[in-house]
Amino acid sequence: MRRWLNKWPLFRQLTGSDRLGLGSAVQSGRSRQMRARTENAEKVAKSICPYCAVGCGQRIFVSNGTITQIEGDSDSPISRGRLCPKGSASKQLVTSPTRERWVRYRRPYATDWEYLPLDTAMDMIADRVIETRERTWQKTDEAGAPVQRTEGIASLGGAALDNEENYLMKKLYTALGAVQIENQARI
Amino acid sequence: MAEAHPVGFQWVVEAKRRGARIVHIDPRFTRTSALAHEFMSVRAGTDIALLGGLINYVLTHERDFRDYVTAYTNAGAILREEFADTEDLDGLFSGFDPDTGSYDVASWAYENVPDVSPAVGKERWVEPTNRGPSVGGRRDDEAATVEQFGSGGATVGGKPKVDPTLQHPRCVYQVLKRHFARYTPAAVAEICGVDIEQFLDVARAITENSGRERTTAWVYSVGWTQHTVGAQNIRSASILQLLLGNIGRPGGGILALRGHASIQGSTDVPTLFNLLPGYLPMPDAHRHPDIDSYVRADEGRIGFWGNIRAYAVSLLKAYWGDHATAANDFRYDHLPRLTGDHGTYQTVRDQLAGRGKGYFLAGENPAVGSANGKLQRLGMANLEWLVVRDMRLIESATFWKDGPEIDTGELDTERIGTEVFFLPAASHAEKDGTFTNTQRLLQWHEKAVEPPEEARSDLWFYYHLGRIIREKLADSTDPRDLPVQELTWSYPTEGPHAEPSAQAVLAEMSGFGPDGPLSGYPQLRADGSTSSGCWIYCGVYADGHNQAANRQPYSEQSWVAPGWAWAWPDNRRILYNRASADPQGRPWSERKRYLWWDEEQRRWAGPDRPDFEAEKPPDFQPEPNATAQDGLAGDEPFIMQADGKGWLFAPAGLLDGPLPTHYEPVESPVPNSLYGQQENPIFRPYQHAGNRYHPIDSDVYPYVFTTYRLTEHHTAGGMSRMLPYLSELQPEFFCEVSPALARERGLRHLGWATIVSARSAIEARVMVTDRIRPLRVRGRVVHQVGLPYHWGTNGLSIGDAANDLLPIALEPNVDIQESKAATCDIRPGRRPRGRALPELVRTYRRRAGIERSDS
Amino acid sequence: MTSTGYSSPQARMGFFTDTSVCIGCKACEVACKEWNAVPAGDGPGTDAAAGMDLLGMSYDNTGGLDANTWRHVAFIEQHVPAAAEPSAPVQAGPATAEDLGMPTVGAPRQGDAQENAGVRWLMSSDVCKHCTHAACLDVCPTGALFRTEFDTVVVQEDICNGCGYCVPACPYGVIGKREGDGRAFKCTLCYDRLGSGLQPACATACPTESIQYGELDELRARAEARRRELHDAGVTEARLYGEDPDDGVGGDGAFFLLLDEPEVYGLPPDPVVTTRDLPAMWRMAALSAAGVVAALVGSLLGRR
Repeated sequence: MRRWLNKWPLFRQLTGSDRLGLGSAVQSGRSRQMRARTENAEKVAKSICPYCAVGCGQRIFVSNGTITQIEGDSDSPISRGRLCPKGSASKQLVTSPTRERWVRYRRPYATDWEYLPLDTAMDMIADRVIETRERTWQKTDEAGAPVQRTEGIASLGGAALDNEENYLMKKLYTALGAVQIENQARI
Repeated sequence: MAEAHPVGFQWVVEAKRRGARIVHIDPRFTRTSALAHEFMSVRAGTDIALLGGLINYVLTHERDFRDYVTAYTNAGAILREEFADTEDLDGLFSGFDPDTGSYDVASWAYENVPDVSPAVGKERWVEPTNRGPSVGGRRDDEAATVEQFGSGGATVGGKPKVDPTLQHPRCVYQVLKRHFARYTPAAVAEICGVDIEQFLDVARAITENSGRERTTAWVYSVGWTQHTVGAQNIRSASILQLLLGNIGRPGGGILALRGHASIQGSTDVPTLFNLLPGYLPMPDAHRHPDIDSYVRADEGRIGFWGNIRAYAVSLLKAYWGDHATAANDFRYDHLPRLTGDHGTYQTVRDQLAGRGKGYFLAGENPAVGSANGKLQRLGMANLEWLVVRDMRLIESATFWKDGPEIDTGELDTERIGTEVFFLPAASHAEKDGTFTNTQRLLQWHEKAVEPPEEARSDLWFYYHLGRIIREKLADSTDPRDLPVQELTWSYPTEGPHAEPSAQAVLAEMSGFGPDGPLSGYPQLRADGSTSSGCWIYCGVYADGHNQAANRQPYSEQSWVAPGWAWAWPDNRRILYNRASADPQGRPWSERKRYLWWDEEQRRWAGPDRPDFEAEKPPDFQPEPNATAQDGLAGDEPFIMQADGKGWLFAPAGLLDGPLPTHYEPVESPVPNSLYGQQENPIFRPYQHAGNRYHPIDSDVYPYVFTTYRLTEHHTAGGMSRMLPYLSELQPEFFCEVSPALARERGLRHLGWATIVSARSAIEARVMVTDRIRPLRVRGRVVHQVGLPYHWGTNGLSIGDAANDLLPIALEPNVDIQESKAATCDIRPGRRPRGRALPELVRTYRRRAGIERSDS
Repeated sequence: MTSTGYSSPQARMGFFTDTSVCIGCKACEVACKEWNAVPAGDGPGTDAAAGMDLLGMSYDNTGGLDANTWRHVAFIEQHVPAAAEPSAPVQAGPATAEDLGMPTVGAPRQGDAQENAGVRWLMSSDVCKHCTHAACLDVCPTGALFRTEFDTVVVQEDICNGCGYCVPACPYGVIGKREGDGRAFKCTLCYDRLGSGLQPACATACPTESIQYGELDELRARAEARRRELHDAGVTEARLYGEDPDDGVGGDGAFFLLLDEPEVYGLPPDPVVTTRDLPAMWRMAALSAAGVVAALVGSLLGRR
């Protein structure tokens, strides 16, 4: 009975010490149970901010398989838990609807995109690489020195690529004989 | 720093709180200036004059840290008699060949030390441009070789003869004194547009704050590098810091603030045309026909580069595994060969010429982010196929549909034959991997969730692309395909998308020996018994443990925090830290104690790992013919250098001079005050009708402009302009001008302005602000226009791309473009639309006399 | 805190915003929006292009606090006579960290031989003041606004009916009604995070500790020490704003160290709780109500 009555703000106001009804008396059930949503994260991934090269530590909180918060990692000797506006916008970077989630394909001379399944796209790209490489292969240069390469395929990578990604890129391109392999690091 | 690296700036605020004096030098007053003690406004592109002035101040007043300079730098080294300085040759060094537009660097070497600079290869004629050298600016075989020294010094044939008194007229110290003598405070004021008293105040501040007891740090970003004298800007700072004893010591250094999460990693594990992992060069078709010739210049030299064969063989073993044997030169012939410049701007030139067929863009947006964006877009419109991997629809993915050239009629969607594949990319939260931050720290980031729908990591893309290609080529008998067939390409995969294990790739980079994971690069061998995909990262997977994932909280360890992540090389946090102790191994002062020789333990001690052999005593003297690290004495801290010294004078390694010299930017409002030579004599011009340079002191393009970032956005905008929370903070492209320039040109605050160069014309909203100040240069007023370069046509916050205005003019050592100083005109109102836009640009070119009839 | 009815002892919590170290990065604005899922711009959806106006107020394109902006960074560009500014003396020779000069703030020294004078660029992150005497709370008829156990003032979304009485009541113009939603929103001082023992999102992100969160008494002491430190260093324009319990709102739960007059930052110089006279009015109302009751009782008794 009292518990039922306690849900009633006026009862709390009259019987508690919040006689003006500005504090606990008017606190809603929702407010009373309010806790940081990160408290019940099923997983906290230790990450690094993807923007500049300061390398601030991030903690990524995951609940029900989705990211609920990204904030600074207070253990980091570099950032001590702090983030700039870009780092603070990391969750939006990852989860906002402006993000592309599906493959797009533009045929030569077409005026718009169409959809292509990822596997098909991968297979087509592999074919383009093989065909272009074969067609533009250089065994030697004009002076007859062996060069075993193609100048028909080039690559320009951003500098938010992981080291492991850069490593596989360079390794694959080098084996394919593609030499025009570049990165933001020169720009 | 507060603008582009706000969280890093907390340490400046902290230093300030503890009494450090903060000086900010920049063309414009920024959020950094707001918190500095002193702001010195400087004309964009005059950094060598300013730093040269500081060097001159140090030398004139003998304020160098003499004990450090004598012991640890090449100040006493004797140079050759035939060396001639810019002081003698009106802005040129000895060895300049006006026919080839390049230097023969032999005369720059130490006396009595053999010149081992790269052998001359073939040369290539480049058609003349409207400005700059009439030829290519450097020999083709020298293409960006300087970047090899990303982890240490260039090759010299041995240790020089030294005058420890520094009095010999041909010793480096005396040459330096003469070279910088004309960089007087008055000259600095006239060139840079700074106030003499303020300049002297800064000079006093840095000298009084350097020496045994104190150190001064310099922090820079692309404001120093993106110039035709980019490498020499950094050299200037190196000279200053070596003279003041500020290298290898706590609180000292020259700190590069790099602007992308793993841009350091992208040079260490390069996707750069001229490098293999760990700053090993890509082989040259003519100079490096076999592995012996490839390693010849470095093998057996003094310093750790003397082990180059071990590093190279270990890389080849990582690439081709058991197929790489001593009998087949470890498959050295599987490596493709260079014949000159294959850099990104050369790539665009090939695309424009129809030679480039396919193009991969992985997280890069050249349509906005590269100089002369129009040429970038025209190049892409001339491709057969283009693969764009990004998280959002960046301008480089949609140029065929809505690029600026569609509006001007220069391109027509239905006539662009480029086949475009847009593949959505995974975010950092959706993949494992390491970023290498600006301090050389490899930091592991864990995957939090799977990427959505068809988004995948680049690791996934390249692994599976390689897998599919290998499957398709499996049965080929063409020798061309052997490097692909023999490539080690089996990485464990996991999860619903068959994601390759990033940890396995990291372990391959770190390397393996007969007994398992290697603990550091000294273990690498040239006999094929070890493999390491990136020798400077060797040890990041020591003991089979991912050291980059170490996360000991900073509050639970020393201030150096070695338990957090892993720094290359060998988890050393301050490079060349042997220099923090005196030659006898004692700290220079208690206050600046960092590393010292512990006589009892017979090893170097301190809070950091020694960037030195841990057990080599200070009094160690090498055997006469010792090589590699064995050739270094116990008091030679610069272990990657062939003489163990910090180089005040660079006897090798640079193509445009052994000492920095003030040259004007390619586009400058004034003639060079110091020399008859106007610009870097061997800057790399870029031939294209769409890439004309402005005349010097042009009244058609009378204003200086510089480009920069804002805190609220990121580079070419792909990671910020598409986000609501960031876009609303800086919702539109704007230009910043002083009230005086606004008056002169009738520009209204919040109105529109059109900014015109010979490449393009763009429009921007006008921000009239006192933070941009007119400067007095050579007795007249020079106005500067500030342009943040984040914008493009896609996203939530849109605007014209500032980089469209820039010319491609390349630095000769590393091929970086000059994007921080150029000239322009600015006028009120919006730019014309449609065909009228290129017509406006042509009209300007005609007025300036740089329009050729064929364009 | 018996007046608001919480049983467990809990110190009053608040913000001290030291604008002398603010770098205007706006991390506070974004961190706040990310944590509290505050819509971008003026629109209801997170991807609305609304609010995308270049305001021309230096680097401030947010404008001010409202339902969708709970932290707002103001940027003020000022002319200053270039040569007049003091600068810290250069320390020479051996010294320890302890005996070095105090940092200076304000305009950096700038070369004075140029065409124009120096510039001072002030930045300050504004927020709800969580007043001791909060008018928004006093006028709220539904109990949506309430004082928490941390002595902060919070709108309860599940109670608010969008009447909007609180909006004109705020002497700082902090609270606003969200378009398309109708309810009133403002800074909660991250009530949910506080409940979990965390710091508010803005203070967590702030790179330079310009925004400090803590027990109000401790923050006031810290702020006074910082003010004195700055005065000793010659920055005599440093002053505290909103820290005084005797001011018109009884002191703010979120107060500031400023480097100029409050008006310069868009802050009212002498804010007064708009419901200052309410208690007296209530007393009058109660008296007359008592009179009515007495008369009523009298009349009932009289019937007997």
